Amino acid sequence: MASRNRPVDPPAAGSSQPAGLLGPYRVLDLTDHTGWLCGRILGDLGADVVQVEPPGGDPGRRLGPFYGGAPDPAKSLPWFAFNANKRGITLAVDTEEGQALLRRMARRADFLIESFPPGYLDARGVGYRALRPLNERLVVTSITPFGQTGPYAGYRGSDLVITAMSGFLDLVGEPGRPPVRVSLPQAAMWAGMHAAAGTLIAHHYRMVTGRGQHVDVSAQASVLWALANAPAHWSLMREDLVRGGSRIVGRSMHGARMRAIYRCRDGYINFIFYGGEAGRRSNEAMVQWMAELGEAPEWLTSKDWGAFNVAASTQEEIDALEQPFVEFLSRRTKAEFSAESVKRGILGYPVADAKDIREDSQLASREFWQQVEHPELDVAVTYPGPFARFSAADCRLRRRAPLPGEHNEEIYGELGLGRGEIAALRERRVL
Amino acid sequence: MSAAVPPSPRRPRALEGLKVAEFAVYAAGPMVGKHLGEHGATVVHVESRSRPDGFRVHYPPYKDNIPGLNRTGTFAIFNDSKLGITLNLKRPRGLEIARQLVAWADVLIENFQPGVMARNGLSYEAAREINPSIIYLSSCNMGQTGPKASQRGFGSQLTSQSGFTHLAGDAAGEPMLLFGPYIDFVAVGFGLVAVLAALDCRRRTGRGQYIDLSQYECGLQFIAPAILDYQVNGRVMNRNGNRSPYAAPHGVYPCRGDDRWCAIAVCGEDEWNAFCGAAGHPEWAADPRFASLEARKAHEDALDALVGGWTSGRSPEEVMETLQAAGVRAGAVERLSDVFSDPQMAARGVFQELPHAELERFHYIAPPYILSETPSEQRPSPLLGEHNDLVYREILGLSGEEIERLTAEGVIE
Repeated sequence: MASRNRPVDPPAAGSSQPAGLLGPYRVLDLTDHTGWLCGRILGDLGADVVQVEPPGGDPGRRLGPFYGGAPDPAKSLPWFAFNANKRGITLAVDTEEGQALLRRMARRADFLIESFPPGYLDARGVGYRALRPLNERLVVTSITPFGQTGPYAGYRGSDLVITAMSGFLDLVGEPGRPPVRVSLPQAAMWAGMHAAAGTLIAHHYRMVTGRGQHVDVSAQASVLWALANAPAHWSLMREDLVRGGSRIVGRSMHGARMRAIYRCRDGYINFIFYGGEAGRRSNEAMVQWMAELGEAPEWLTSKDWGAFNVAASTQEEIDALEQPFVEFLSRRTKAEFSAESVKRGILGYPVADAKDIREDSQLASREFWQQVEHPELDVAVTYPGPFARFSAADCRLRRRAPLPGEHNEEIYGELGLGRGEIAALRERRVL
Repeated sequence: MSAAVPPSPRRPRALEGLKVAEFAVYAAGPMVGKHLGEHGATVVHVESRSRPDGFRVHYPPYKDNIPGLNRTGTFAIFNDSKLGITLNLKRPRGLEIARQLVAWADVLIENFQPGVMARNGLSYEAAREINPSIIYLSSCNMGQTGPKASQRGFGSQLTSQSGFTHLAGDAAGEPMLLFGPYIDFVAVGFGLVAVLAALDCRRRTGRGQYIDLSQYECGLQFIAPAILDYQVNGRVMNRNGNRSPYAAPHGVYPCRGDDRWCAIAVCGEDEWNAFCGAAGHPEWAADPRFASLEARKAHEDALDALVGGWTSGRSPEEVMETLQAAGVRAGAVERLSDVFSDPQMAARGVFQELPHAELERFHYIAPPYILSETPSEQRPSPLLGEHNDLVYREILGLSGEEIERLTAEGVIE
């Protein structure tokens, strides 16, 4: 990697750089699409993650979009994205033989992650209660829509349902119209990411005390953090914020809404008036740009942004202030705004789509994109790279997502099963 | 700690003994410290009276709508379970004390614009000199390198750069704002994970490290399928309301009351039949327009009108309970008030109402993961400089006399 992309020099070649931060650990990942991201994150960090699918493959493989466009369980892009850096085996958790194999694997594992309905694994003798006596160091993480206990523990969830019940959905969309979600499922992302964090907190305790524990993750409670500071409005004001559509709410004591999404020539731009020193500099830089192009009204060029207080603004003030910006930005492009905002220190970004992101010079310069070979498709696919850069460890894509049962012989072989036994188990639909 | 908080029964804490110095503001940095603190780490949030955390100054809601450095819920909600001190880093003695804090810490968290920590004499290189095994997390919008590294910005906007906003809203309408700095909290989760993994590595190798966390790159993890769709198929994914290719009905339907809604997601044929039965309309299941997912997708507007007709006479809770009892995925669109009275959130102890000197009482938020042996414990957010005495005396070993002098000189301010 070029040194300009390393804020800190990596260790000199030949020094003992660990392959990944979590290199010594084995993870059994029994999740479906609601929990995939957790194992993916641990895999990015170097853990040996084994995705355990039912024979015939995870039903999540039927989720699109698909490589090539047409539905094909071998080409699911969500599967590719969230199961990379894992090996894969098949196992029928519903069979006694499968349960016995799972118990054998759990004895040697450091982590087990699962997303079955609460009680499902317990009923089959492979839940936390049954595994704990076999391996008291094991950290078991359960990822479900609402958590393991409580009045809604048995409720069924989906991305839309969880997002609704977290309070987040109500805050997104036009006022007076139905609230609206992000078109790509997000609840599983929040749950999987938080699950990885909770899992590693339990891991820290395990390494100190030798004791594993059960980590109970609720997707509903995970999405609650997407509400940012909104719960504080209820806590202090007993106030139900009303969603603002393309405008930001909750910033003014007088309830003024501020435009955040401005139409531009080829899409939209996110620009917001901020207060304080950072806001003053940004607002002045924006007006300066407008003035240079002869598009700033006189009153705007003489405005004292140092005295501008967002929290004290009224709707009338905001509406009047916004108008020249609406007109100015309607004549710019996303790329123009992006370049000028960097150059001038304006607080704002284009409303980027996948193409804008793929073409962003920032990501290219940081060598964010990573090519991963897909020999089964005879192509190399470019993936979004790692979530963080570590000065003394590798965090990158090392392998594509597994095919169904791709590593059965490797992993069951490690367990001491011969090829014949594996074939017989496959025959009996245990694998 | 503070006399207002009764001592809680002694329970093991997962991160007990971990020491964290936080030179961080707003949400993306301080929330990482909050999550470490609520599981037992000692976290010191460094501010100064001349440069307090921005959330103390510019962001409602304020208690009784009266602004004040200790009166905003927006600071409180992201800063529970940590100690707060004031220190002027622009003064030479202030920097010296900050360096003592770095020597004490296992983890340093900062989320300033790249270069700010270096200008304050607290770059990773400087920190490493003082404390070779320190884990140093830098979280910023675009990462520490690259042509846009120095661009300032807030999470409510970066959420747009990262593709989320484009994907929210009706297909033919404007993109919708995701309320607030959505992406900040994505970066908080990944930052927390990064720190915990680096700690494990340090335990084994003795080696600390630097973590360059780009909030933008964190956000892209959450929309990876859309990026791959463009990369391999050349298709730019667009927002599509609440519709799903895999379920119908799938949407948010009007209920009795003002601005009340219920989300319904009917995923397969069994669930469709169960839905029709629970709604008291078995004839819908027999309607050829709705005989398969493909058919329902082809007649989705008509289907939505029928479903909306059924829901509109009922409360969201009634719709949810009726459908869930039949095994159909449904959930009330909860307003803030509903979230606070949600029995599931209550059963998990998500909202922890604690006393606070100026807010009187405030609801802090427990993490979404419950650890069976070492559950989290929230402590109130600090007033500005609330723990100066505790931190300077007990952690850094300064004498009472020196603390007094430094306070008089404006180093501790």
